[in-house]
Amino acid sequence: MAYGDFVIQHDLNFTVAKGDVFIIMGGSGCGKSTLLKHMIGLQKPAKGVVFYEDIDFWQTNVDERVLIMRRIGVLYQTGALFSSLTLSENIALPLGEFTDLSPSETQDIVSYKLALVGLAGFEDYYPAEISGGMQKRAGLARAMAMDPEILFFDEPSAGLDPVSARLLDDLIISLRDTLGTTIVVVTHELASIFAIANNCVFLDPETKTQLATGDPNKLLAESDDPKIIQFLTRGVGRGQ
Amino acid sequence: MNPPAPARPTTGEVTLSSEASVATLQFSGAWANGSAIAKPAGQVLAELATEPKPARVVLTSQDLADWDSRLPTYLLKITDYCQQAGMEVDVAGLPTGVQGLLRLARAVPERAGARRLEKPTPLLADIGKAVLDGLKDAKGLVAFVGETVLAALNLLRGKARFRAVDLVLCIQEAGPGALAIVSLISLLVGLILAFVGAVQLSMFGAQIYIADLVGLGTVREMGALMTAVIMSGRTGAAYAAQLGSMNVNSEIDALKTMGISPMEFLVLPRMLALVLMMPLLGLYADLMGILGGALVTVSAFDVSLVQYYNETHRAVHLSDFAIGLGKSVVFAVLIATAGCMRGMQCGRSASAVGEAATAAVVNSIVYIVVADSLITLICNRMGI
Repeated sequence: MAYGDFVIQHDLNFTVAKGDVFIIMGGSGCGKSTLLKHMIGLQKPAKGVVFYEDIDFWQTNVDERVLIMRRIGVLYQTGALFSSLTLSENIALPLGEFTDLSPSETQDIVSYKLALVGLAGFEDYYPAEISGGMQKRAGLARAMAMDPEILFFDEPSAGLDPVSARLLDDLIISLRDTLGTTIVVVTHELASIFAIANNCVFLDPETKTQLATGDPNKLLAESDDPKIIQFLTRGVGRGQ
Repeated sequence: MNPPAPARPTTGEVTLSSEASVATLQFSGAWANGSAIAKPAGQVLAELATEPKPARVVLTSQDLADWDSRLPTYLLKITDYCQQAGMEVDVAGLPTGVQGLLRLARAVPERAGARRLEKPTPLLADIGKAVLDGLKDAKGLVAFVGETVLAALNLLRGKARFRAVDLVLCIQEAGPGALAIVSLISLLVGLILAFVGAVQLSMFGAQIYIADLVGLGTVREMGALMTAVIMSGRTGAAYAAQLGSMNVNSEIDALKTMGISPMEFLVLPRMLALVLMMPLLGLYADLMGILGGALVTVSAFDVSLVQYYNETHRAVHLSDFAIGLGKSVVFAVLIATAGCMRGMQCGRSASAVGEAATAAVVNSIVYIVVADSLITLICNRMGI
């Protein structure tokens, strides 16, 4: 992955299995959000391939890519809600474009999604009228609107209070268990990582490549790399 | 009697003493803002560098009053120098707060390759860069035009995705919202045209031909041109700012990953609104221009209203209106292209939105005037 001549990461090789809760983590500036952008169709890799099942994502034509993008949902770091639309209109947008639901059915689904993220009753608020944490949760409701097969979260817990972060973790687990959604999360939040993840990739900003993949709990117990242990134990070190 | 309280120190002092191969730097006095530092760091470093170089440097403090960031900043220069020169540094004599800050400031080493160096570039390199940027710009324009055409084709096939509500809102913004300013400007432009012509024509007693001048000038050129310049400043800049802000907020990325084409969803309603409204505004501007000319001619140059009307009717033909309206449509497409393109290409900061809006207006005006000249030239050649 590179911006012009400036290489951000190289030699990344990992697989996200269906039904995984996959974490992308690493020190700041290692290119986690950039990696996410490559996976969701916003940036073409300087070299390399991204596969969705057996489709080479960046080699197919635009229509095929758009069809794949309709099956994923993305929660951006700031929520990225459409600022000129109310929350309800934000969530109803993909529903209106890609489904044949009647307006009242759409409204029902909108209310249900908002309730799932803890924002019941805020349908007619504009994004500028609610707090940052609430905007993030509304963004999540919009990402889930079409019941996507894969959900991508960019730093979902940043800015959320601990109780909301825990509710978010519970929501992620239940999405995985009930709908079989695959979830890819870019995060630093150790509590969430150990609670929900079953696979991960650890990126290093100094060597600009990945250091490990696998279950974070196993990495904590077995890894030899000091950088990984520093990260996973918040600088304390293992055996403390 | 109590002895007077000691005066508050107002300067920071550094004293250097050396014995054997150990140099001691003693810090005292006040190091908070407002106080003067007796010896600048450079001077201390120069003294440390004189032979014989000490193997160890001890930093201590004595009677140190308030200190703020100036003290650690000063100390860091000394410790960095000592580290580079291979001298051992002992900071145990400094206050614990200062020691902690020094430790923290050097805890994370500078990342290799992160620091950016300002190199003065030769003029030739600057010119080359400007040319390359211009080419990149042109490439971006061609790509944008191509995507717009594809979106328009989708529209004709009935498959374009945008909200009808957005189109109606854009039409309202671009059309009725502009009536006030278009009225004012076109009225005044008609007035000006009439005055300019009248001075010359009245020398020949040919005041009646002011009607021709104003009528043809407004309908063929000024109506469409002035409306276009007004709309580029008003609506072109607005489109660039709206789309630019959406880009800063990642809303356009959100649309893309949702599988909705931003070209169809955002650009098409805006372009359609302008294409529908500008000919109508142009027509209205023509009317106001002719009225403005009438105002001047009838009141100041001894021509009756009926005469003015008849002469205008004689001089201006339907083909002139057609040219004016055709120009309006072309200008509408150019303004929408410049505005939306600059908005979508906008950088990710607040100043970038301002630059995008400025670039949109400047680009549209350039495109409009160039297009106007071309069309006028073609019409002239074709004898229309």
